[in-house]
Amino acid sequence: MGEKQLMKGNEAIAEAAIRAGMTCYFGYPITPQNEIPAYMAKHLTIRGGTFIQAESEIAAINMVYGAACTGARAMTSSSSPGISLKQEGISYLVGARLPAVIVNIARGGPGLGNIAPSQADYFQAVKGGGHGDYHMVVYTPETVQEAADLTMKAFDVADEYRNPVLILGDAILGQMMEPLVFKEPSGKKFDKSSWTLGNRKGRKSHLINSLSLTEGVVEQWNWELKKKFDLMAERELMVEEYMVEDADVIFVAYGTTARICRSVVHQTRKQGMKTGLIRPITVWPFPTETIAGHAEKTKHFFVVEMSLGQMIEDVRLAILGNAKIHFHGRPGGGIPAEADILKQLKAILQS
Amino acid sequence: MKKVYERNNIAFDMPSPYCPGCGHGVIHRLVIDAIKEAGQEDNTIFMAPVGCSILAYTYLDLDICQPAHGRTPAAATGIKRALPDSLVVLYQGDGDLAAIGTAEIIHAANRGENITAIFVNNAIYGMTGGQMAPTTLKGQKATTCPFGRSPEDGQGYPIRVCELLQSLGGVTYAARTSVHTAPNVLKTKKAIQTGIENQMEKKGFSIIEILSACPVNWGLSPQKSNEFIANEMIGYFPLGDFKKDGKIIQRSDH
Repeated sequence: MGEKQLMKGNEAIAEAAIRAGMTCYFGYPITPQNEIPAYMAKHLTIRGGTFIQAESEIAAINMVYGAACTGARAMTSSSSPGISLKQEGISYLVGARLPAVIVNIARGGPGLGNIAPSQADYFQAVKGGGHGDYHMVVYTPETVQEAADLTMKAFDVADEYRNPVLILGDAILGQMMEPLVFKEPSGKKFDKSSWTLGNRKGRKSHLINSLSLTEGVVEQWNWELKKKFDLMAERELMVEEYMVEDADVIFVAYGTTARICRSVVHQTRKQGMKTGLIRPITVWPFPTETIAGHAEKTKHFFVVEMSLGQMIEDVRLAILGNAKIHFHGRPGGGIPAEADILKQLKAILQS
Repeated sequence: MKKVYERNNIAFDMPSPYCPGCGHGVIHRLVIDAIKEAGQEDNTIFMAPVGCSILAYTYLDLDICQPAHGRTPAAATGIKRALPDSLVVLYQGDGDLAAIGTAEIIHAANRGENITAIFVNNAIYGMTGGQMAPTTLKGQKATTCPFGRSPEDGQGYPIRVCELLQSLGGVTYAARTSVHTAPNVLKTKKAIQTGIENQMEKKGFSIIEILSACPVNWGLSPQKSNEFIANEMIGYFPLGDFKKDGKIIQRSDH
């Protein structure tokens, strides 16, 4: 085990990526994720990697596309408006079956919005964002430690499925400092020699591509992608269930709002209220079965988001009318206050 | 009998996927001949664009990357930085390079990415059926300028890419050639060779702009199309070197 360090979330993600063997980083400045490119400019280059400040987010994701073609572990990061610009590239990465890691340190929107924390990119992250039928694993770390751990894991998952992976944080996760210990990267090796470009040495030529004008070919590719998405859904789900067994009310929240809800659970448990928390660590795949399993005996689910309510749709689909759903949300950079959640919780319990 | 010309086996043994009179077939041949003569066929990564010449990937036995429309220089940057010793050849049309991908080509050129860009300028969008390109000449008709391109009516001026890029510090070589006559085909070959040599000598960014015919979308016969290049295009897009070994060539025509 390494020693304990105090780092910002953004820096921890950057350092974890380098430790995971990421050698090519491409980014464009946008707040609140600027510590990531700055860290890469300083630390990745002296450790032998490539850092480019691209001319745009679009160029950055396409540089990732190029580097990924060679088998290099590649990454880009941005914040909400910049992630919107990358959607074309993400769709192409999936279509061309290329691994990559994308980090969204989300901020308030729509439009230019502000630089405050937000979870309003949920739909974009889990429902597609770019064009075409696709999914990618989306991690939503709650702490700086978890941000580092999941960043390392993201590279393995991307390589395993030849698919981009998204880390969805927010301005609080990116900016706050917390102690962490970097774990050893898995050291898993992935043989990419059957598809990468370059160093051909007499083998058959390789093509990285997402186009075919021959009837039926793209449909077939989609069926193959579906097999992969189904495997990802089956194997890559991560969810934390916290004090849910006897709960009268279960919070459902991820990332920053899960921290807030956890604190509310602590307070209310002391006062004798039976509350718990289901925290999706992946929001795709979504813990549908976990939530559905509790909807048999828990009557109230309380979704808290920094948005007008996006994940609530997936919770509703999991519960299928078997329990009541309540919601507390703050859009546009607003952060839910414990006192407001508590007030609403008491009203639910008295109803 | 001495064999003086034969098939280049980088091209698969199949008919050219392009229309009769189209310049892409000739230019593909020049590019793969230059790659083969440099002994780089196992070391080349060919970047196909979005446009007619996306079909290069069906035709060429090379490692090929097909990125999003116009993003070829960005993807090429990622490849070249990850594999600095590979030969990265970009093949882009006028819509890809001079419209949707303008930012990417300017910045890849300005960073001096050590890559070779083949820019095929046929003054029209071919694959989508003959729309106005950034290089469509003044007065030239296209489906989206049916009365002829009119800069006065807000349709802009044809962009001269070599002239635009030559001022950038990262550009070592910029030349414009044409494939409308045999002597010009030979000059084009020489320019492509120079671009490839520059990359192998790690000199930075090279661009070879090639004037090329699109008879189908111009609505002309292949012969008349070559006359169009001679009589209309070259007057606006003058041929020759614009930058060599990092030095801007002083010219009387601009």
